Amino acid sequence: MLKIDNLHVKLEEEDKQILKGLSLEVPAGQVHAIMGPNGSGKSTLSYVLSGRDGYEVTEGSATLDGESLLDMEPEERAAAGLFLAFQYPVEIPGVGNMTFLRTAVNAQRKARGEAELSSGDFLKVVRAKAAELQISPEMLKRPVNVGFSGGEKKRNEILQMAMLEPRMCIMDETDSGLDVDAMRLVSDGVNALRSPDRSFLVITHYQRLLNHIQPDVVHIMANGRIVKSGGPELALQVEQEGYGDLLAEVG
Amino acid sequence: MTATTDLDVREGVDRETVEAVQSIGSYKYGWDTEIEMDYAPKGLNEDIVRLISAKNNEPEWMTEWRLEAYRRWLTMTEPKWAMLNYPEIDYQDQYYYARPKSMETKPKSLDEVDPKLLATYEKLGIPLNEQLILAGVETTEEGRADGRRVAVDAVFDSVSVGTTFKEELAKAGVIFCSISEAIREHPELVKKYLGSVVPQSDNYFATLNSAVFSDGSFVYIPKGVRCPMELSTYFRINAENTGQFERTLIIADKGSHVSYLEGCTAPKRDTHQLHAAVVEIVVLEDAEVKYSTVQNWYPGDEEGKGGIYNFVTKRADCREARAKVMWTQVETGSAITWKYPSCILRGEESQGEFYSIAIANNHQQADTGTKMIHLGRNTRSRIVSKGISAGRAQNTYRGLVTMHPRATNSRNYTQCDSLLIGDQCGAHTVPYIEVKNTSSRVEHEATTSKVDDDQLFYCRQRGMDEEEAVALVVNGFCREVLQALPMEFAMEAQALVAISLEGSVG
Repeated sequence: MLKIDNLHVKLEEEDKQILKGLSLEVPAGQVHAIMGPNGSGKSTLSYVLSGRDGYEVTEGSATLDGESLLDMEPEERAAAGLFLAFQYPVEIPGVGNMTFLRTAVNAQRKARGEAELSSGDFLKVVRAKAAELQISPEMLKRPVNVGFSGGEKKRNEILQMAMLEPRMCIMDETDSGLDVDAMRLVSDGVNALRSPDRSFLVITHYQRLLNHIQPDVVHIMANGRIVKSGGPELALQVEQEGYGDLLAEVG
Repeated sequence: MTATTDLDVREGVDRETVEAVQSIGSYKYGWDTEIEMDYAPKGLNEDIVRLISAKNNEPEWMTEWRLEAYRRWLTMTEPKWAMLNYPEIDYQDQYYYARPKSMETKPKSLDEVDPKLLATYEKLGIPLNEQLILAGVETTEEGRADGRRVAVDAVFDSVSVGTTFKEELAKAGVIFCSISEAIREHPELVKKYLGSVVPQSDNYFATLNSAVFSDGSFVYIPKGVRCPMELSTYFRINAENTGQFERTLIIADKGSHVSYLEGCTAPKRDTHQLHAAVVEIVVLEDAEVKYSTVQNWYPGDEEGKGGIYNFVTKRADCREARAKVMWTQVETGSAITWKYPSCILRGEESQGEFYSIAIANNHQQADTGTKMIHLGRNTRSRIVSKGISAGRAQNTYRGLVTMHPRATNSRNYTQCDSLLIGDQCGAHTVPYIEVKNTSSRVEHEATTSKVDDDQLFYCRQRGMDEEEAVALVVNGFCREVLQALPMEFAMEAQALVAISLEGSVG
């Protein structure tokens, strides 16, 4: 599904190398978690994969089902099935959440040459999916993320994910700012989306999210590279011991 | 309306925007109609004023009124206080009257109107056939369900081509016709009210208009009548080097109600064209007038070549108690916009509202706002202005709120928001506030923001292309004003917002 090979990325503005030869492969149907200390380049990875401005790829490649992601516009990557759940979801004043969702869904359908969803069909689907995430009809009418609590913003991200049905989901610290109940809701939402042809890349600081969303593989990232990969037990080890010993071990 | 259908309708309106961006190119009204025209000789003098009056078969008193204005105009100087930069206008290098040859003898009904003219309006989406409703409406089930109809007065260069639904409106006692017809048929009303809101001597452009106005619309709603349909005037400038000077007079008698729409377009021309209109609205006791404009004059090209110079005086006089007026404007066109639709709140408890979206892209310059003159007790006014600047455009909000000594316990609320797209445009807010009593309250809020890269990236990550994303963000910014528009205009306006900003990113 997602294949990243020897990726080198620097910030355009300050000529600072952030990713230094990162390689990673997420096969279809798997959940991979990335953990790592602050400043290791986790968020940069999510932005580079989704096509945000400000980064320059100096070497390496990233492909989704064999297609090079790095040559595509952000909206083309989205239409190809790449979704990023933002660490800080953006507010768009005056634009109804529902309008936003529907515009996005139809833009992607159009890009893929599919017919647009009718108003009735769309409403039916969105209401059902919103109910599962305990998103009220009132919240669907409010402007995108404006005045939403931290938990509401993250649930809204998962609702978008559920509506857009991407094949490759990247979640950038979706657990940050969530209380226990909200974390369960978000995790249930994600687990409901797990399927043999959908993959997840879950970026997190904390092992507790991984109690809810069981990863197949855990990667430790440091200094712009994956330094160690393993099973779910690796996350537990980090939780108990911190990164110090681990990083010393890999040099 | 249930919550579901309400949402559906709004969804529909929003979707229109997105579709409009994808399907429509830049200024889509830029074509012209090839038609034989009669022109008055170029330039301006007393003979031209007399000629215009004669072409309209006006009575002597009207000719004199014009001449008086013309003589006054000669003593005046063009105002230069607005934040607008344009070369000196040569008032002698313009045609002041242009009429399609076929309109020499006024057609008795729309059936007799030159098919070329009818085709022009059809192409603009303005139905002069009473069986049709305004373009854009039929796309919502809402519109079809209650079969909303709109009466249209179509003005082509200097003359009114025709007015629809006249007979049906007459049954309700409503007079809706061209102003030239009103001067001939209803002189008592015209004499009483013309110039009573915007006096002949009001300002340079209004005085010029008083001398040379050629046509426009006249509306009289009798006591207690709720106008059975929306009224609209569609202004089309077609001829080259020709100024359009229309005059609109609306009188809402006691307890009456009317919603009036105004639309404007012009062909793409390399030269600038002058448009100096006057709109006067008289609102009597308990009456209510809603006046909505979608101004889409040709704005000039990307280099600032061509486009309309738009100098407009619009004013409503809430002359008696509890009179209410609401201005809603979407200003997307014109190279230069100089326009301040105002409310004189004379009657006790009268109310004025002003909702505005002004978009300036490329080299457009807009200096626009409103005046709320509180004269009566317990009067209320509300101003919501959304200015959007892109390209190298300059956009100024200029507003005056004044509370006179006798306007006790009055209130004003003003909200001015500016949105910048790119880093070469400008937004300016110039509010003047005068409070001359101790019991009134004036509130003013202003914000300036930029279209945020994070917002655009968020939209694009969800699959929208860049222009779609900008349209969505900007429509969100304008939402309060778009919602104040009648349904017919809301869709057109949303689409226009998107089109006007085309090429503003990337």
